[in-house]
Amino acid sequence: MNQNNKTFEENMQRLEQIVRAMERGDVALDESLKLFQEGTQLVRSCEKLLDEAQLQVNKIATAADGSPVEEAFSDER
Amino acid sequence: MSQQVLSVTQINEYIRGMMDEDALLAGVAVKGEISNYKVYPSGHHYFTIKDEGAALKCVMFRSSAVRLKFRPENGMKIIAMGKISVYPRDGAYQLYCTAMTLDGVGDLYAAFEQLKEKLSRQGLFDPVHKKPLPQYPGTIGIITSSAGAAIHDMLRILRKRYPLTQVRLLPVRVQGAEAPGEIAAAIAYANHFHLADLLIVGRGGGSIEDLWAFNDEQVARAIFDSEIPVISAVGHEPDVTISDFVADLRAATPSNAAELAVPDQDGLRQLLDSVSESMVTALQRQLKASRRQLDILRASPALQSPIVYIGQRKKALELLSSRLGSSGQQVINRHRQRFIAYTAKLEAMSPLKVLTRGYAMAQTSTGEVIRSTSQTQIGDTVNVIVGDGSFETVVSKIKENVQ
Repeated sequence: MNQNNKTFEENMQRLEQIVRAMERGDVALDESLKLFQEGTQLVRSCEKLLDEAQLQVNKIATAADGSPVEEAFSDER
Repeated sequence: MSQQVLSVTQINEYIRGMMDEDALLAGVAVKGEISNYKVYPSGHHYFTIKDEGAALKCVMFRSSAVRLKFRPENGMKIIAMGKISVYPRDGAYQLYCTAMTLDGVGDLYAAFEQLKEKLSRQGLFDPVHKKPLPQYPGTIGIITSSAGAAIHDMLRILRKRYPLTQVRLLPVRVQGAEAPGEIAAAIAYANHFHLADLLIVGRGGGSIEDLWAFNDEQVARAIFDSEIPVISAVGHEPDVTISDFVADLRAATPSNAAELAVPDQDGLRQLLDSVSESMVTALQRQLKASRRQLDILRASPALQSPIVYIGQRKKALELLSSRLGSSGQQVINRHRQRFIAYTAKLEAMSPLKVLTRGYAMAQTSTGEVIRSTSQTQIGDTVNVIVGDGSFETVVSKIKENVQ
């Protein structure tokens, strides 16, 4: 499980909900302020995830019992 | 002479009818070399195909010519497909060509067409089987050669566009007799162990023979059976393989597959910017609305200056009470006048008033008004009231009126 990607995806989905709720304009002002704070943090967190991401590349080999084993794969030429 | 004489039109139509009924001529594939190739402004193509000893006139109408995958030239060896029929105006038969391929790949082409037809009939290309791709794939399984340029192209693009994903390479041979079995097995293996959210299956460009593994039925069925969505990425743009038809998405090249597989981080950052902007705009709008409400409240006199407000209210109260006072006086005056009028009326009706005109009223000692002689006896004291006072008198004689 790629946790960073999962977090990113969940953040994006939550951001979509927040923007939709705020644009609908039917939440109280203090609730809007809370959503705004949460959204701003999520945006920052998403940007950080993108900034710090490093593509992981592994090669799948097969163990003796047939199950997959991950091996490092370098594509630097 | 019983010989029937026919017009030229009749004989040409007769021959055309005979040829059009012929099953072989209705769908032929003829190989030869192109000569005398001409494209008319109408968009129709006219040419001749020939071999060492013979030539065949051909026409390819615009509707078919636009689907040509290459530009035919004089001297090219080709296979032309279509039907043979007569052009009655010239009394000449010709090939009405609907498709053309380069010769040399003729056998492979036939095999390709046959398999394509078969799998299409079995529904393997049906859009209802196409699975949607994940929006943010966490793990991408790439089934290709670990040595080719394709894997490097794909990794370069994935790294640039969306480094949040991770790649699992399942190395396989992508050409030669072993290739189809290895590719199909890798697809099944990735599914069995849930190795990825998305699979890219492919290789870089090469000759049609090099790409042939991706026209293999075994590979096609493995792609079709995959629970994990598959992007096919074989060769260059014009190369189309059976895998492309079965895959959930066809990419023109391996690089293109990497582009289609993941979102672009530049685009995502823009999206995040616009999300921030939307939130700010929405919040500002709400703050503005709240402020407007506050302004309306603040502008109300009670809040703006309480002393002035109270002064104003006090003045209003005084005005009201003075109006109340004056209207009260009017009511009293009205009632007083009415009272005077009633008193005058009452006075007019008063019995005392009658007495002033010379009448008198007699009362017994007990105060009863005497209306009859029977109310009194001789010797009784009677009180007599006149206009300006009264006096007492004693009854000395009683006379009854004779009726």
